[in-house]
Amino acid sequence: MKIAKVVAHVVSTQKNPKYEGLKTFMVKPLRLDGSEEGSTFVAIDRVQAGIGDTVLLLQEGSSARTVFNDALMPARSLIVGIVDHVEVKE
Amino acid sequence: MIPGKVIGRLVASSTLPAFRGVKFLIVQPVDEHKEPSGTPFVACDSVSANVGEYVFLAQGREATFPLPDRFNPADLTIIGIIDEVTEDR
Repeated sequence: MKIAKVVAHVVSTQKNPKYEGLKTFMVKPLRLDGSEEGSTFVAIDRVQAGIGDTVLLLQEGSSARTVFNDALMPARSLIVGIVDHVEVKE
Repeated sequence: MIPGKVIGRLVASSTLPAFRGVKFLIVQPVDEHKEPSGTPFVACDSVSANVGEYVFLAQGREATFPLPDRFNPADLTIIGIIDEVTEDR
C-alpha cells in the first residue's frame, strides 16, 4: 500500500456497470516526507475520504477484488484508509 | 486505474480472435489538471468513448474483465468517461 493525497473528485456517468454508486477520486502517491511521487491515479473510495485528505492507497488487483467480493471487478486502486499521522524513525 | 485523454483511433483488421469487435483507441495519460503525463498508448474500449474525451482505464489483468471474450490478452481498457474533475470540496 502507498500513502497518497486526494486531489480531485472524478464524476463519470458513462462507465462500467460495476462502478455504479461508487465514489472515485484522483489521488497522487506521496513519499514519506510528503512530497509527490509519480503519476496521478483514479481510485475508488471505500472510507468516505475527502479532497485534501492523506489516505492509504491499495494498488493490487486481487486484493481490490476481495474488497468487492467480485472476481470480475475491473478495479485495482482503492482508498482503504484515512491517514492521521505517520511516524518514521531515522 | 489511470486517467487519460483519447487522442486517436487505431484500426487493426487482423487481430487475435479474442479482440474481434473490440475498438482500439490511442490514449494520452493525463494528470488531475488534464495535462499530459507520459507517453501515449493503445487501449481497448468498453464504454464507447470518442476522440477528445477524458476517460479512466483499468490496467493489467483487470483490463480483461470488461471485454466480451473473457479470455483476451488486453492490458489496458477504458472503463469510464470522465464528465468532470472537481478540485475543491
